[in-house]
Amino acid sequence: MSELNCLTMAQARDGLAKGDFTSVELTQVHIAALEASRELNAFVTETPEQALEAAKASDARRVSSNSGGGEAGSMEGLPIAIKDLFCTEGVLTTASSHILDGFTPQYESTVTANLWRAGAVMLGKTNLDEFAMGSATVTSYYGPTVNPWRRSGDDKKLVPGGSSGGSAAVVAARAALGATGTDTGGSIRQPASFCGIVGIKPTYGRCSRWGIVAFASSLDQAGPMTRTVRDGAIMLGAMAGHDARDSTSADREVPDFEAALEKGVKGLKVGIPEEYQMKGMSPELLALWDQGKAWLTAAGAEMVPVSLPHTKYALPTYYIVAPAEASSNLARYDGVRYGLREEGETLQEMYENTRGEGFGAEVTRRVLIGTYVLSAGYYDAYYLKAQKLRTLISRDFREAFDKVDVLLTPTAPSPAFAIGEKMDDPIAMYLNDVFTVPASLAGLPAASIPAGLSGDGLPLGLQLIARPFDEETMFRAARAVEDAAAFDSEPALMAGDGS
Amino acid sequence: MPLDKATVARIATLARIRVPEEELESLAAEMDKIIGWVEQLDEVTTDDVPPMASVVDVELPWRDDEVTDGDCRDKVLANAPEKVEGFFAVSKVLE
Repeated sequence: MSELNCLTMAQARDGLAKGDFTSVELTQVHIAALEASRELNAFVTETPEQALEAAKASDARRVSSNSGGGEAGSMEGLPIAIKDLFCTEGVLTTASSHILDGFTPQYESTVTANLWRAGAVMLGKTNLDEFAMGSATVTSYYGPTVNPWRRSGDDKKLVPGGSSGGSAAVVAARAALGATGTDTGGSIRQPASFCGIVGIKPTYGRCSRWGIVAFASSLDQAGPMTRTVRDGAIMLGAMAGHDARDSTSADREVPDFEAALEKGVKGLKVGIPEEYQMKGMSPELLALWDQGKAWLTAAGAEMVPVSLPHTKYALPTYYIVAPAEASSNLARYDGVRYGLREEGETLQEMYENTRGEGFGAEVTRRVLIGTYVLSAGYYDAYYLKAQKLRTLISRDFREAFDKVDVLLTPTAPSPAFAIGEKMDDPIAMYLNDVFTVPASLAGLPAASIPAGLSGDGLPLGLQLIARPFDEETMFRAARAVEDAAAFDSEPALMAGDGS
Repeated sequence: MPLDKATVARIATLARIRVPEEELESLAAEMDKIIGWVEQLDEVTTDDVPPMASVVDVELPWRDDEVTDGDCRDKVLANAPEKVEGFFAVSKVLE
């Protein structure tokens, strides 16, 4: 039954419920699939034994629930991968950084605990840009992850996007039914676009940040990466919920996202932000965007031009706010409490040696930028200024949402690029997030949906952005785009599909 | 003012990151470029704009000031590079 790894999460859920196969069988197929796709370097840690144990326990729960003893969870028996930024009790957690060498959390993050409570099974921990800082999964201490897609007629290895590149790659390669990601400025949506899958960043506060290694706390948000919009709805429902241990976690009911899917888009007003049509955008991306508008119009929605005048300031704002928060958050890596220690003559030297050795180039660069913009005499000129711009960017969205229900934009300015490209110019790399960062700064829910292929055969995503805590409208529009796009292209490398 | 080598060295000390002398120059050039790029925000007049305090419209919750966690010394120490008698340990500091 090697095709079990090609099922959607919803199909696997239904197959398990009907007794067509067991979670142990489903998990075994996925373990074989991840072993067959090791050339992607998508996992930092594989946990096959733990996965089988969890699957066995899940099968036992299902038997007992079938005979009236308790209920099966919403993700009962479904094997998934976890970005290696979520603390998992007793399982190495690295943030793909040398400085967390050997770190084995003594607690479980709230999001992963929620997933295990819903019955999900962990296959392993996926690779990411070091501390989630990057857009290509090339800054990982554990080496780059490879995108399972190839350009047509070209065998060059491409990046999966980032920072949740390992998660995106394993889902695209059918080595997991879904995976968790985290998104600070686009780290779920951009790799989803690069790998031809669905990536959802919910509203800031929808998922608890407790137990997620912090990068920029006012922006970080966990979300699901799946092959279908329905799977994203199922998984987000399991991940979300209020948590008293994260004071920014929203004390709101989690709606039934799956129920919202088929409500259609008839009468919905879809905003098209004029500022997202940027100079030098590729014609194929513009054509795809136009196609998206046509699809939604055909499904009964109305396209409305809107203006988000401060869009061009979102990236520079982000590159003040995020490094500033990172420099504070990463102060905890001091060689005393966990991870790497490099000795020195004095305590100060030990700190400097540990951090100099433990942080990679991009993390060092961002911590230094953050330290600089927060330092005496510069705080007002940079950090305060950026927080004011953030107010303006957020206001732009609020005014647009007075007129429309959801926004449609491209997810990323280009398809996946080759490993090694854009490495010598940090700003060129930062531009990957030009369409995703604004919604992050405003805390809005946003999703990337695979919508078509580039001229050279690589997936391109469209992004849907909704009002705060209105993921349901985002899901409705996302489902309509997915339905119309009927994206069924497959990557060059798929694990164990028998092809 | 361009971000020079000496400034980067000072920032690196503040951030407690050892940066090898031979890397300071190129790092200064990169950081100067990034800082120059973010300075485009100065085009926007923001005198009457309040800085963002909370990304979504929620009030921070209050809670009783009581101990809710603790009694887990060994777990706290479990990942320490060095520990002695229930404490984190570092090299002797005599300055």
